[in-house]
Amino acid sequence: MKKISLAAIAFYMSILSTFAQTPERTVSDSSAYQSRKLKLEEVNFVSSHYRQDGNNSAVTGGIGTEKLTDFANSIDLHVSKYGLSGRKNTFNFELGIDTYTSASSDKIDPTTISSASSSDIRIYPSLNWTREDEKTGNSFGFTGSYSTEYDYQSVGAGINLTRLSKDKNRQFDFKAQAFLDTWKVILPIELRSVGGRGGEKSSGSSPRNSFSTSFSISQVINQRLQALIIVEPSYQHGLLATKYQRDYFTDGTVRAENLPGDRYKLPIALRLNYFMGDQFILRSFYRFYTDSWGIRAHTAELEVPIKLSSFFSVSPFYRYNKQDGTRYFAPYGKHSTAETYYTSDYDLSSLHSNFIGAGIRLSPPNGVLGVQRISDMELRYGHYSRSTDLTSDAITLAVKFK
Amino acid sequence: MITIKYIVPITFLLTDNMKKKICGLAVFVALSSAFTACSSVKAYQKNKLNDSEMELTARKSQKFEQSFELYREGASGANGGKSGGGCGCN
Repeated sequence: MKKISLAAIAFYMSILSTFAQTPERTVSDSSAYQSRKLKLEEVNFVSSHYRQDGNNSAVTGGIGTEKLTDFANSIDLHVSKYGLSGRKNTFNFELGIDTYTSASSDKIDPTTISSASSSDIRIYPSLNWTREDEKTGNSFGFTGSYSTEYDYQSVGAGINLTRLSKDKNRQFDFKAQAFLDTWKVILPIELRSVGGRGGEKSSGSSPRNSFSTSFSISQVINQRLQALIIVEPSYQHGLLATKYQRDYFTDGTVRAENLPGDRYKLPIALRLNYFMGDQFILRSFYRFYTDSWGIRAHTAELEVPIKLSSFFSVSPFYRYNKQDGTRYFAPYGKHSTAETYYTSDYDLSSLHSNFIGAGIRLSPPNGVLGVQRISDMELRYGHYSRSTDLTSDAITLAVKFK
Repeated sequence: MITIKYIVPITFLLTDNMKKKICGLAVFVALSSAFTACSSVKAYQKNKLNDSEMELTARKSQKFEQSFELYREGASGANGGKSGGGCGCN
């Protein structure tokens, strides 16, 4: 009987041992499981139509039409994949295509009904890879970009770094970018060395390189308020003047725009967002800007999203900008022949501007218009007016697919 | 009332440059105070902060607005917009 009992216990133990957990074969928590397959996180599509009019075109020396239309579109895809170490790799691919028509560009060579630059397409793809430790929130990444249009090519590269505090209430971001550009030099028709119809259109190409760094700190101040400070010094070197823009002098002569080959820029900005009550949000932005050409500007923006429901909001906004112009600016026919650098580009003059408009945003849980994949849609319109009598309108549609 | 009585006449004695420096200092002090006075907010207390409208970045729909502002004004940068690369500058 004892033998039978012992045999039964041994048999039972042997069965148990086959199901016993050993340290090497620990079953991991299924909730912590991360698929290593490539996952499509989201797709964003942004489309915008912009139209402007004014009467201070730099191509014709600060007088003449500034009519311009721009139809801009971009699509970006976010895909992610977990690596062997459990870190998240996010790839962000973006493709942008702008199509514009510019009445002033036709004045580079007025004898042509439509010059090549009067309508153009700009195509700009970019790819960013970011590796993130989701436990700490820290990440780093690289970006490569390219841009091409009729007279301009650009190759860019950058790095980005994010550090998050332990309580995840403070975040530090660093970015560094370099753009190596090549600009085809196009002179106004009367200033070309081999003048006349069918003559040489340009005098070669010139480089324009830009280097920028960005440091920002964001901080949660309390349960309703958070802020961000950002400093973004940058340096440009190369052909910074637009050579097809004319400058008229006091003695009646005309020359192509000439500006220094170096430019240092220093913008410092602050964002402050506050959730007021249950329906109102205050999104504020202020920027101070100064550069080595003597431009100094203050920009302030306030947007007040009103949440009419959890999934629908209306956001009126207002932006004001005031700038002291560059020391190289003078209007049509006012430049002295003794000047080394000169421009009649009103974009660089002393001015102030107002931009006012509103946006609506839909993000229903069952998808926009019942389409589950469309998780978010924004429509935004704004009217811009500048003290130099330039006005413009911009309307933008942004759709997020998930 | 004493403050108003004495401070208001003093502001007339200041040059524009001094006033700007004082304003800058006041903003710096206010921001420093705000940052140092931060309370530790737990993850479960962040339902308002996590609202998509509270993001400390420009909206996706502002992307192209920032581009035209860059070309129509001399100032650029520090707003999440384009800071170089490609012209598109008509």
